[in-house]
Amino acid sequence: MILAATGLHVGYGGAAVLHDVSIQVGRGQIITVIGPNGAGKTTLLNAIMGVHEGRGSLQLAGKDIGRLPVEARVRAGMSLVPEKRELFGSLPVEDNLRLGGFRFRHEPALARRRQLDEVYALFPRLRERRKQLAGTLSGGERQMLAMGRALMSRPDLLMLDEPSLGLAPLIVREIFTIIADLRARSVAILLVEQNARAALQIANYGYVLETGRVTLQGASAELAADPRVVETYLGIAKAVPAPV
Amino acid sequence: MDADIALILLQDGVVNGAVYALLALSLVLVFSVTRVILIPQGEFVAYGALTYAALDAGKVPGSIWMLGLLGVAACLAGLWSMRHHASRGAVLRLLAGTLLLPAVVIGVTLLLAGRAIGVAGEAVLTVLIVAPMAPYLYDIAFKPLAEASVLTLLIAAVGTHLALMGVGLVLFGPEGFRATAFSDAVLSIGSQTIQGQSIWVVASTATTMLALYLFFGFTLFGKALHATAVNRLGARLVGISTALSGRIAFGLAGVIGAMGGILVAPLTTVYYDSGFLIGLKGFVAAIVGGMVSYPLAALAAVLVGVVESFSTFWASAFKEVIVFTVILPVLLVRSLRSPVAEDEE
Ligand SMILES: Nc1ncnc2c1ncn2[C@@H]1O[C@H](COP(=O)(O)OP(=O)(O)OP(=O)(O)O)[C@@H](O)[C@H]1O
Ligand SMILES: [Mg+2]
Repeated sequence: MILAATGLHVGYGGAAVLHDVSIQVGRGQIITVIGPNGAGKTTLLNAIMGVHEGRGSLQLAGKDIGRLPVEARVRAGMSLVPEKRELFGSLPVEDNLRLGGFRFRHEPALARRRQLDEVYALFPRLRERRKQLAGTLSGGERQMLAMGRALMSRPDLLMLDEPSLGLAPLIVREIFTIIADLRARSVAILLVEQNARAALQIANYGYVLETGRVTLQGASAELAADPRVVETYLGIAKAVPAPV
Repeated sequence: MDADIALILLQDGVVNGAVYALLALSLVLVFSVTRVILIPQGEFVAYGALTYAALDAGKVPGSIWMLGLLGVAACLAGLWSMRHHASRGAVLRLLAGTLLLPAVVIGVTLLLAGRAIGVAGEAVLTVLIVAPMAPYLYDIAFKPLAEASVLTLLIAAVGTHLALMGVGLVLFGPEGFRATAFSDAVLSIGSQTIQGQSIWVVASTATTMLALYLFFGFTLFGKALHATAVNRLGARLVGISTALSGRIAFGLAGVIGAMGGILVAPLTTVYYDSGFLIGLKGFVAAIVGGMVSYPLAALAAVLVGVVESFSTFWASAFKEVIVFTVILPVLLVRSLRSPVAEDEE
């Protein structure tokens, strides 16, 4: 088990948003969390990353990380691509990526260069645009940069908050292909998605989060066949080309 | 007023303006990285000047005890913040940075004070004594407030300023000091003479600016600071700790403040409370630059220096009033252009 979150309670000020949420991610797995707007999906990822405080137990690869600040969680091997991407807009693409590898700043330049080349191999578009300021990228490129930056820290667990948000179907497919590809490189992935169909297609296991509670969970094939999921999350969702 | 006098005033203004420019840069740097309006910047200048003047006079500067005290306090603050997740490496680094470093600096100062170590030696020692105080103060007073509003941070900054000024009175006494010039060289161009000290000030300022430019443009830490300034959350998500950026920004501010102090020490008599007015002029320039633009702030600083020196000539009783009035139209234009400039966080 790479991530075990047990009994998370999270709120903003007085208002409770997550109630007793438990989620597990195994090594080399893609786990998805789907749910309607405002269910608390972003809040969940933020709490796991330490951006937002919460109660409950959090373990990464068996180590308790619940009290670590965000930076220490990055060093422990997790990385979040946030819903709003949070890129460094006035820095060029390549600097964004280099800063993504900040935790390896003491490593020899060669090793860091290799990591950069790996990310460029994954996202050739970023190499073409490496001198461009991040703030001037298109939506799809921004998402690629956000993912590339997160991968620069060589995470064991990569958390993605709505990677398909606002992107054209073709790019969504490209991004999902890459996500599936990452699993093959034994990066565990926790994927939050509105696009339930695409998410359930590549995930091993899924959770349905509704008004801050896990109301349903199971292997993704089972979930995709569950009438409640079909009706609420798949019925009206537009078909998206399946990843190759 | 004839052209010669105008040129002398201009030279004076540029020299003072260069020092204000250094302070303005450091204010912009600290604000953009930490959102702290660094009111105590002026105290670093005063400490720098008085420490340098003491070393220059062959005395042991009282500021070394302040350095030791702040080091101990920063050590305690650091240990407290690490209570949940202390790693051995982190604790050792903390001890080395907050206890060992001041101890060594104090030892070296006691050993060398009174010996002829030359201008450069005195200057380096001054920076070593004064500059580390800034990151210590960050750890003690500002790091625990990292998520607070700009106003809360400002109040902490004012508190720090008052505390440092009070301690300055205890350490250095109420008398003013003036150091001897770095060099007695005088350059004559036509009827104009340029003091060696003036050249030193302008050259040091230019060098510092170049160094800052290289630091931000070409080093990972420089870029990490920039990243923190443009997107605090993004920076944390890649593992740049807010505390680390804050410490580096304050450290640079400490170095710049101490340098500013060393540069003005031979130009004017500095008292324990002189820093505030000097810092305030840097602050005026930083405001003109909108607290974000380095080149604008530097330019404005030179302008402030020139306005100051000309108003000293025409109406010396009102020179401070005139300098601070200059800021009004700028603020007016600014507030008209961007009616809502609320803290966006
Ligand atoms: N900073 C905040 N302060 C107060 N309430 C918040 C804050 N952020 C989120 N909330 C509330 O918490 C609830 C969950 O929000 P969250 O962003 O986690 O939902 P989500 O599942 O990610 O939704 P979406 O699919 O729209 O991204 C919402 O009701 C939201 O209004
Ligand atoms: Mg969300």
